[in-house]
Amino acid sequence: MKLLRWVAGLGLAGTLGAVWAAGQPDPNLARNLAATCANCHGTDGRSVAGAGNEGLAGTDKDTLMQKLRDFRSGARPATIMHQISRGYTEAQLELIAAYFAARK
Amino acid sequence: MHNRRNFLKTAALAGGAVALSGLTGCAMGSRPRGHVVVVGGGYGGATAAKYLRMWSQKGVDVTLVERNPQFISCPISNLVIGGDKQMADITMSYTGLRDTWGVKVIEDSVIALDAAARKLRLASGGELGYDRLVLSPGVDFMFEQVPGLEREEARSRVLHAWKAGAQTVALRKQLEDMPDGGVYALTIPRAPYRCPPGPYERACLVANYLKKSKPKSKVLVLDANEEITSKKALFTTAFERYAGILEYRPNSELREVDAASRTATFDFDTVKADVLNVVPPQRAGDIAAGSGVKLVNKRWVDIDWLSFESVNTPGVHVIGDAIFPAPTMPKSGHIANQHAKIAAAAILNLLAGEAPNPEPVLMNTCYSFVDSKNVIHVSSIHQYDAAKKVVLPVPGSGGVSAAANELEGKYAMAWAKNIWADMLV
Ligand SMILES: Cc1cc2nc3c(=O)[nH]c(=O)nc-3n(C[C@H](O)[C@H](O)[C@H](O)COP(=O)(O)OP(=O)(O)OC[C@H]3O[C@@H](n4cnc5c(N)ncnc54)[C@H](O)[C@@H]3O)c2cc1C
Ligand code: HEC
Repeated sequence: MKLLRWVAGLGLAGTLGAVWAAGQPDPNLARNLAATCANCHGTDGRSVAGAGNEGLAGTDKDTLMQKLRDFRSGARPATIMHQISRGYTEAQLELIAAYFAARK
Repeated sequence: MHNRRNFLKTAALAGGAVALSGLTGCAMGSRPRGHVVVVGGGYGGATAAKYLRMWSQKGVDVTLVERNPQFISCPISNLVIGGDKQMADITMSYTGLRDTWGVKVIEDSVIALDAAARKLRLASGGELGYDRLVLSPGVDFMFEQVPGLEREEARSRVLHAWKAGAQTVALRKQLEDMPDGGVYALTIPRAPYRCPPGPYERACLVANYLKKSKPKSKVLVLDANEEITSKKALFTTAFERYAGILEYRPNSELREVDAASRTATFDFDTVKADVLNVVPPQRAGDIAAGSGVKLVNKRWVDIDWLSFESVNTPGVHVIGDAIFPAPTMPKSGHIANQHAKIAAAAILNLLAGEAPNPEPVLMNTCYSFVDSKNVIHVSSIHQYDAAKKVVLPVPGSGGVSAAANELEGKYAMAWAKNIWADMLV
């Protein structure tokens, strides 16, 4: 622990990290992507009770993916989700849906 | 395992740091450790504090320094000014961060940063050390660019209400005290400023109030920009609905204010108002602007988009309104919340000896009320472009409402309640 603090303290951590960065997906990529939905659907997809946006936590992955695909294609009319779902790749939406499905 | 291997490999690769690899015997698990100080408990800072604790399973110590005893939201504050909501609706406490997340919340002001020594000085006299620092101080105003508003006394008559709190209450009071037949004049600075659609929303909500309560009154919108800077077509339609009350004048840059007579001077025009509301030009909050971190145009902090770390000051991450934005990215509470999450994830990686996520994504939505119930939005999604080293809007995504509607009035409040909980609960 001390070491980490020391490494960080020297400003080395950033430099070290940069060396490793190329091409590796972040182990927390799904978590990070899902956090972009939290502003409206609640932290980890747990919406504030009665606030008026659906929670996403614990919803089956395929169900979520189907809804997102319907927003993207326009099959399901929406005020905003058609615009939002088109900002992510299919692979990103898969990661997000799997992450929310796993929040019980 | 994975993380440990990564660390060893990076340590070994980084020439001068080779010696470190010999020291890693002491459990280099995936768990980041250290002390992060966050300055500013607004949209960016409160989110950063919570997510640093949440995503480290409370393994990283977080201290939040905020000068105000409570959080007061700018979003929804225009509804307070219009008389549709109360201050209690936009005021929240920091107890969730304290009790649920174990953030050490200190009510104080940071007055100096010594980045070399990784130390902050507090107004109360103490010092605070950190391993990594997050600055989310929001904006401060460039009153020196508004002759007539240099002095505090003038500023107590001519309000901005562009930071929610006492000024929000005072502006509402001025509107209540204004006689029927009075003039409310709102001046807008050149972009970039905090919340591009915010002034137009305020103009609508004040017009909505006056239309009901003081129908002989006028709203004058004096915009330094050449046109409405956000949701132009939708606000133009909204303004038409207030025809006879609201008048919009582009290319009107404020040159001088006489606070005593509430007179505003422009290049070819002088406006005498009963309530004069000046949104002054803005820059990064004092503690960011004056601490040696590199600025763009002497106003906004230059950051690395993978980590939000200052480009010239290691260990100092800056988020929210204070940064120089990426293309088409507004200064909003929503985007400050998203900055915070990327910065928090990057800091935790760095404290664990790993690189930041190389493909960050963030999104923005700004809902604006055009009356007590009807709302319009603008949304955008931004993905990292590794070649350009900046986040860019995704073509074909995002957009605006088809028209103002009541359903989005409900969604706007759902947004507010969820984002407030996402940062504070
Ligand atoms: C009228 C209005 C309406 C708006 N509507 C919307 C909207 O609908 N949607 C939206 O997304 N955005 C909206 N915004 C924009 C939004 O409020 C800002 O973009 C957002 O607050 C930026 O977050 P921040 O963390 O950078 O700054 P802030 O939220 O302002 O937080 C900064 C905090 O830092 C503290 N601080 C500063 N310096 C120090 C110091 N040295 N020591 C201790 N504490 C310090 C301040 O007290 C403050 O609490 C609106 C803004 C206004 C003015
Ligand atoms: C700005 C607020 C906002 C953000 C951010 C947001 N959503 Fe939504 N979401 C909505 C609204 C509003 C609806 C209702 C449909 C509509 O009108 O667009 C909705 C509906 C949904 C639904 C359908 C719920 C149901 O069962 O009816 C899903 C699934 C969903 N969103 C997923 C997501 C995901 C995944 C993200 C992040 C990538 C996300 N949303 C980000 C506002 C938001």
